Amino acid sequence: MNLKHISEYRDKEICQKLVEKILKTSKKDIRLMEVCGTHTMSIARNGIRQLLPTNITLISGPGCPVCVTSQQEIDQFLKLTEYENVIITTFGDLMRVPGSHSCLQKERANGADIRVVYSTLDCLQIAENNPEKQVVFLGIGFETTAPTIAAAILEAKKRNLKNFSIISAHKLVPPALIALIENKNVAVNGFICPGHVSVIIGAKAYEPIAQNYRIPCVIAGFEPVDILQSIVMLVEQIERCRGEVEIAYKRGVTYEGNKKAREILYIIFKPTDANWRGLGMIPQSGLEFKEEFKDFDAMSRYNLLVEQVKEPKGCICGEVLSGIKTPFDCPHFGKACTPDEPIGPCMVSTEGTCAAYFKYNQ
Amino acid sequence: MCLAVPMKVVEVNNNTARVEVGGTHRTIGLDIIDPKPKIGEYVIVHAGFAINVIDEKEAQVILNDFREMLGDEFEAH
Repeated sequence: MNLKHISEYRDKEICQKLVEKILKTSKKDIRLMEVCGTHTMSIARNGIRQLLPTNITLISGPGCPVCVTSQQEIDQFLKLTEYENVIITTFGDLMRVPGSHSCLQKERANGADIRVVYSTLDCLQIAENNPEKQVVFLGIGFETTAPTIAAAILEAKKRNLKNFSIISAHKLVPPALIALIENKNVAVNGFICPGHVSVIIGAKAYEPIAQNYRIPCVIAGFEPVDILQSIVMLVEQIERCRGEVEIAYKRGVTYEGNKKAREILYIIFKPTDANWRGLGMIPQSGLEFKEEFKDFDAMSRYNLLVEQVKEPKGCICGEVLSGIKTPFDCPHFGKACTPDEPIGPCMVSTEGTCAAYFKYNQ
Repeated sequence: MCLAVPMKVVEVNNNTARVEVGGTHRTIGLDIIDPKPKIGEYVIVHAGFAINVIDEKEAQVILNDFREMLGDEFEAH
């Protein structure tokens, strides 16, 4: 990873050659979906949409963990503020996401003890420093993040920490891709698969999608050259009517993935049905605690039942997350809903599709 | 949120490592990586844990891919 390499991943001439290759190869009208917030931002920042021929449409999928967290889960996080003896710990991304009545940032201003952490290891430190209080971590994220949460739980058990627990609102990417394919309102011809999720799950996790649905899946890195290379590979597959899994990010991803991380993950958790914003209930797309680790499950320690709630009125984040609509189709976009005053999570998160469109004016 | 940063390993302890990028040092967990990284190697760090080791040579692989994919067109530049 020296500078020479980085500069080559951004090299204009290489990008231009890749674009020419796409122009030469691509004949069919196709829709390619990226499923990673960092890809969403990179595509917007580097103007990749504008480089492509009009027959290729790039759409954003459910690649931002904050955005796909359901309104009900956000309300559950907020309900935790009703418990006086609790320190809530969270990644910063969640702070401004509006629930039905408030958001974590407002609750902190109102006096709730909510602390932003960089890592779950920080939560363990907070728990050790505050033995008279309960520390709860708001567990969101995909397969990249969930093993780090599982590792923290194992460490908490080792240290015999009794005042630490987690709400598991994690989501798994491949089941969501299958749900999208099976949704008749969504048309996708190929997936630009997430880089760091795939570091953990490996290319092999996409085989059922490629094999059963004949939809090509190419794992991409984050530089413009990486993304354009993945588009070249997808276009070549589509033009030849192939549906295979390929890696355009070989410096980061292997076919097998990170087995150790998955082992740790499945010591603590098991798959369960999960409710995604915009996509609804998807079978086996979430993670719940195994019986032997239920002591660390905040859902069993606290009464966090909330009513089934509706999305914010007029907000189309759900359809944006499914690739059915773009932010431009939303009446609130850039008017009532801006990064300073967001209505939906896709505008809140720095890697949300609406935030990307707003920032780069696309 | 799946953002991850490559950092250089400067010290390895039992289950943690000291890593460095741009003069900033951090302690990270090595719980979810096997085999453990060695001093001098680069790791991708996500949410305080190393998730994989990046071999400098691997970075070259992707450039070779471009050469293969673009053939003479790449060499011409």
